[in-house]
Amino acid sequence: MTKTKQGALPISVRNVTKTYGPVHALDDVSLDVQSGEFLTLLGPSGSGKTTLLMVLAGFTRPDQGSLKFGTDEVIRKPPHLRDVGMVFQNYALFPHMTVAGNVGYPLRLRRVPKPEMAERVERALETVQLGGYGERRIDQLSGGQKQRVALARAIVFEPRILLMDEPLSALDKKLRDRMQIELRHLHEKLGMTTVYVTHDQREALTMSDRIAVVNFGRIMQLATPQQLYDQPENRFVADFIGDSTFLDVRRDGDALVAGGTTLQTTRPVPEGQSLSLMMRPERLHLLTGTAADDVNEFTATVSEVVYQGESFLLYAALDSGTEMAVRGAIRSGSFAALPKPGETVRLGLESADTVILADEEPHP
Amino acid sequence: MTATDMNAAGLRRDERLERLKLFGLSSPAILLVLVILVIPVGWLFYVSFIGADGTFSMENYERMVKRKSYARIFRTTFEVSLLTTALCILIGYPLAYFMSQLPNRIANLCLITVLLPFWTSLLVRTYAWLVLLQKKGLVNNWAINLGLWDEPIKIVHNLNGTLIGMVHIMLPFLVLPTYGAMKAIDRDYLKAAANMGASPARAFWTVFFPLSTPGLFAGALMVFVLCLGFFVTPAVLGGGKVIMVSMKIVSNIELFVNWGAASALGVVLLVLTVVVLWIASRFLKLEQMTGGGH
Repeated sequence: MTKTKQGALPISVRNVTKTYGPVHALDDVSLDVQSGEFLTLLGPSGSGKTTLLMVLAGFTRPDQGSLKFGTDEVIRKPPHLRDVGMVFQNYALFPHMTVAGNVGYPLRLRRVPKPEMAERVERALETVQLGGYGERRIDQLSGGQKQRVALARAIVFEPRILLMDEPLSALDKKLRDRMQIELRHLHEKLGMTTVYVTHDQREALTMSDRIAVVNFGRIMQLATPQQLYDQPENRFVADFIGDSTFLDVRRDGDALVAGGTTLQTTRPVPEGQSLSLMMRPERLHLLTGTAADDVNEFTATVSEVVYQGESFLLYAALDSGTEMAVRGAIRSGSFAALPKPGETVRLGLESADTVILADEEPHP
Repeated sequence: MTATDMNAAGLRRDERLERLKLFGLSSPAILLVLVILVIPVGWLFYVSFIGADGTFSMENYERMVKRKSYARIFRTTFEVSLLTTALCILIGYPLAYFMSQLPNRIANLCLITVLLPFWTSLLVRTYAWLVLLQKKGLVNNWAINLGLWDEPIKIVHNLNGTLIGMVHIMLPFLVLPTYGAMKAIDRDYLKAAANMGASPARAFWTVFFPLSTPGLFAGALMVFVLCLGFFVTPAVLGGGKVIMVSMKIVSNIELFVNWGAASALGVVLLVLTVVVLWIASRFLKLEQMTGGGH
């Protein structure tokens, strides 16, 4: 999964709690980040993901808990002694210093001799493809360049842990996509343990070794991107990652019934009476002719067909009124051949894609 | 008619008309500046070159060079102004820093207390200091009762009194722009500095202080320039021992009824002030200090 390079440190978070009045920003969070791993904290705003990152950086003092970098307990260490690199959401580049001044700042604090400092600054700038930009003023840089300078400044002193707080959120989509890949490559090259915060699920899926989905100050699931998408452990994760529609599932003896169909599934079925079937739009398909044995079949009425360029999105309602979405690729002429609103369609979901989840118990 | 000059004449006329309108709208302001600034200053220059016999002469300026007392007055003016500015920085910068770190609601309250003296008459504040600082005033009485000193000491009608009064009056001019500059500093800069290994003191001196200096310089410059022409407070609290240019101007008019000499002093003070501002603008970006340029 990851290449552990020398100098990367594992992070161990144990029972960290932080309350603001009655609100649990962090509710007894425990988490292990492996040495050299790229781990993303993913969650909606107010979920506690940024609070957790600020606890790692030392800017937020938790009520209790333990935080270890390697074997060192650092929970009471002030931020300036933690030796972790950080990229801030708004970059926080010092406007009164040049690019080289900014990147050299951590080295100056560490009393690195001038010639070595100049060399390391240039090397860090080259790493982020900004070689020769040292004399520029910060306000002369574009958003993407500022982002790179902030990154260079965070890695120049070779910290063994790198924290990033939504570093790409201020960039336009094209640049963001490119930077995602670049950050990924950079991580592979430098190998430092990286904790990355984002609310963008696609970004998280693209870049991470593992993702911790955070909500209500708790970790809802910690898994690889693929596990998270294919086998969400709870309804929140299923809902937050990717698009999905849910159908209520009824237990009928040993059988499970949803939308008038007795379900077949190769997945584990959770305990409890209150269950839901999760359906990803791209895993559902329109059936023509006889379905294979291991396909769950639903009959629905088309309500709307949406053209989205590379794919179509077809909404169809079951008799119960529940709407399901189906996504499919568009090839030449295939869009015109799709069923029209009002027509009856049969939708298929393979047993391997049939994911049944326990409904959430209402959270306080 | 070709496509290229379609509506060209009409658009040109619209452009001319718009400029005319803009000029018309700004003419009251231009007139105001002319009447209350350009004409009086021009008149001042003119009068300064009129001698006692009513003809053109350089005698008003010659006198300033010849008599030693004038040089002393200018030196006193600059010294008092510099000292006041320095004391204002010493008191005002920590105050502004303290306020900038407070939660907004409390900071606004502090701001009001800083501004409060602004809304009180200058003369009232100056005479209040006179009452407080005189030989049998509140300060001397309390200090003696507390055993700080035994005999009433002279804290007014000298340089001390002048400085106390002037610093009190000038302080808001320094605190306000400094506070504004400090509030504009993103807290993330300090977090970033800490994250890279800067101790709080180090982060302050390498990041916070440099970023707050434009406001501090703006305030200090304003205080200094205002001090150069200050009259009421040094006149009342200086007790005639601290003579600044403005006081000499007044005595030239009231005592000697020499408008020429007074005007010449005014011109020199004005020129010196402009020189100070010009030098300052060479070192600092003035537009940046007022928040205009960025």
